[in-house]
Amino acid sequence: MTESNIAIELINVDKHFGAVHANDKVNLSVKSGTIHGIVGENGAGKSTLMSILYGFYQADSGEIKVFNKEFRATSSKQSIEAGIGMVHQHFMLVDNFTVLENVVLGSEGGALITESLSKARIELKRLANEYGLEVELDIAVEELSVGMQQRVEILKGLYKGAKVLILDEPTGVLTPQESDELFRIFEALKKQGVTIILITHKLREIMSITDHVSVMRAGKMVAHRETSQTNPEELAELMIGRKVLLNIKKSKAKIGNPVLVAKNLEIENEQGLKRVSNVSFEACSGEILGIAGVTGNGQGTLLKALAGILPISSGTIEIMGETITSKNTLNPEQLRNLGVAHVPEDRQRMGMISEFTASETALLGYHNDKNINQGVWLKRASVKANCESIMEAFDVRPNNPNLMSSNFSGGNQQKLILAREFERDPDVLIIGQPTRGVDIGAIEFIRKRIIDMRDAGKAIILISVELEEIMSLSDRIVVMCDGEITGTVNGTDADEATLGMMMANALESEDELTGVKS
Amino acid sequence: MTRERRLSWINGFLLPFLNVLTAFIATAIVFVLIGVDPIKATKILIYGALGYDEGLGYTLYYATNFVFTGLAVAVAFHAGLFNIGGEGQAYVGGLGTALVALYLNPAMSAWIVIPLAISGGLLFGALWAIIPAYLQAYRGSHIVITTIMFNFLASALMVYVLVNVLREVGEMSPESADFIKASWLPFVHDVFASFGYKIAKSPLNLSILVALFFSGLVWFFLWHTRWGFAIRAVGKSNDAAVYGGINPKKIIIVTMCISGALAGLVGINELMGVQHRLFLNFNYGYGFGGIAVALMGRNHPVGILIAAFLFGILYQGGAELDFELQNVSRDIVVVMQGLVILFCGGLEYLYRPILIRFLAPIEGAE
Repeated sequence: MTESNIAIELINVDKHFGAVHANDKVNLSVKSGTIHGIVGENGAGKSTLMSILYGFYQADSGEIKVFNKEFRATSSKQSIEAGIGMVHQHFMLVDNFTVLENVVLGSEGGALITESLSKARIELKRLANEYGLEVELDIAVEELSVGMQQRVEILKGLYKGAKVLILDEPTGVLTPQESDELFRIFEALKKQGVTIILITHKLREIMSITDHVSVMRAGKMVAHRETSQTNPEELAELMIGRKVLLNIKKSKAKIGNPVLVAKNLEIENEQGLKRVSNVSFEACSGEILGIAGVTGNGQGTLLKALAGILPISSGTIEIMGETITSKNTLNPEQLRNLGVAHVPEDRQRMGMISEFTASETALLGYHNDKNINQGVWLKRASVKANCESIMEAFDVRPNNPNLMSSNFSGGNQQKLILAREFERDPDVLIIGQPTRGVDIGAIEFIRKRIIDMRDAGKAIILISVELEEIMSLSDRIVVMCDGEITGTVNGTDADEATLGMMMANALESEDELTGVKS
Repeated sequence: MTRERRLSWINGFLLPFLNVLTAFIATAIVFVLIGVDPIKATKILIYGALGYDEGLGYTLYYATNFVFTGLAVAVAFHAGLFNIGGEGQAYVGGLGTALVALYLNPAMSAWIVIPLAISGGLLFGALWAIIPAYLQAYRGSHIVITTIMFNFLASALMVYVLVNVLREVGEMSPESADFIKASWLPFVHDVFASFGYKIAKSPLNLSILVALFFSGLVWFFLWHTRWGFAIRAVGKSNDAAVYGGINPKKIIIVTMCISGALAGLVGINELMGVQHRLFLNFNYGYGFGGIAVALMGRNHPVGILIAAFLFGILYQGGAELDFELQNVSRDIVVVMQGLVILFCGGLEYLYRPILIRFLAPIEGAE
């Protein structure tokens, strides 16, 4: 390997955030024109490393070379000039701007926009032809499907002259089919000499698309491999530092009576848009009902309606003997009193209050409980004791109820929320994204607890964007696409390909061609 | 001391202290610019506000008003609402107090009249806040805008009421008749005199005890009741509150009522305590001052008591400066207030990074 074909080289890059050693003397070299994967658990330091490359953070020490040139970015602008483009996990697009306007954003040129727009139009046509990245240019970004929005992000990078593209968890929001489409684009880019750095925690993607892979653990770069010379088991072990059980053992479900029956549900989201239509299903005690689907296909809205946060506009939900309709609504508190617990999808914004102490977060939703209130007085000692006991039960670390909720790691925050909901012994559990942004050790723990609850005869409704999670936990799987149920499968019969087809609702193939959401 | 404790100590005490100090240094520079010796001015200010009975009495009397409006702003702030309407709520609250204190049977006992008159203030203050609250909760009109508008409405309303309704026949000035004697809150110097201690006369009256009582009540309410928890939850995260079964719309209404009611207590001090009649602009400046007090006091009752005392000193000491020094007018107080708001509100975290680096470094970081 000659010096000239190294696109990016990191030598002993070190970065602290306070006490956290986010990057510990990291070395990495990425060959030009290859696809290089970086894997690691959440919090392993992948994103920090890439943020240093992209100029968001500065390394405390170490050296960075981009195409053999000394590189030290203090802003993303310098990175762009050096030929680095980044596609973030959460797209940085202006929703009500057109594709063209989004691409030009940040490189408008003069005071008048028209000239740069027409220049950009020509350039984008060329790029689209060259890389097979067709997108309609004059359509507002909000009208595009997520996969298409991602293409816009990639185009944006290329338009700004990126020779190295960094993609942070690009498939998190895509269907398996859309992911495959993305990988085809990667191949085309690679042929044209573009270098791709793919950050992910999905080993399947690493194995299928990358040429090289580097593994990070706890801030350190622990291994570099040629993808063809390794296997998922080895990578998983490198990531975690020990052997892990990727699949959780569970006994056969003892399915009881239906406790939650939804019929012909129609639900509007907060903005008044219909996100769920004609949805019917039932959940029985002693089973885990998984609801699969690509993010934003109505599962979140459904979850909120089941938890009493959103009203339903038609249909009925029979739950613990009560019937909810558009007229007869139950609020989240009333549902809790009926024995319905809810672990929300958005832990940070909904499940906890980051500026409250852990004991106050553990009180959320239960502040009217009789055993902690005496007349008007909220007994803080009881609140604290209660928090201590649920922290103990779920091994939340550090075991300190007075610590600010935001100071816990993602896994421990999630454990605290699960502890709060599980420890009241509910009969129905509505769980959204139980392991999102949680490290692998905690994932194992959380999944086991969910199965324990099932075995204790609870009805569990599980929503997750991780197909693997849905498949390994659920006894029955319902698939949603565009607000409707597109299929139901038994947990044991489920395979990724079928679920993927259902998630994309393959019958509506027209949408795929135009890329426009119906 | 753990790092957590150090941080809360820095945030709670050291930071506000340094901010105030900076504001005073800036004020000193202003003094130098207008040709006044800042040291001499400080001496006059401190002596005028704290140096003798009467001065201290005035200081505490002003502080009482700031406690009420400061608490009002703080309670709303905990629900994430910025109540700029303390001025109007105090004004209309005074009307509620006055109506009770004017028209109850003069023969009634003070033990009945005074609580009723206080309730009148609470009620009218709350009523004046409820419309902006409703508009915010159910119509999405921003509370900052509506409460400012309601300050102007309050002014107009009070002029109308005083000129056309409450003004006594034959009187030229727009003010009400005297309140019934039973509604008068005793002056502190009279109370002391009845125990045989002689102190100088000042407008300080027993409403300072009402202020202390409500400070304690607000503290208990916010941190030791489930309603306080609900209010703070809404203030920190609307989504999480909804998830927890709390209805933010109701919380907005309830919180604003409490906030308005607290502002409505200014009339207790000004009208029942001192003037014993209703007149124009008795509330002047206290509603806005309350914003500064709440900012400086970090929206905590203890902080508010300290900040209100400081503002009392500025008010009283500023009056003395005006009296003693030729080229200083009373408006210097407004300049000082402005600087305090600038450094305590706008530049709140100016010193935070430095303090944290030196006093509470994160363990393990070099």
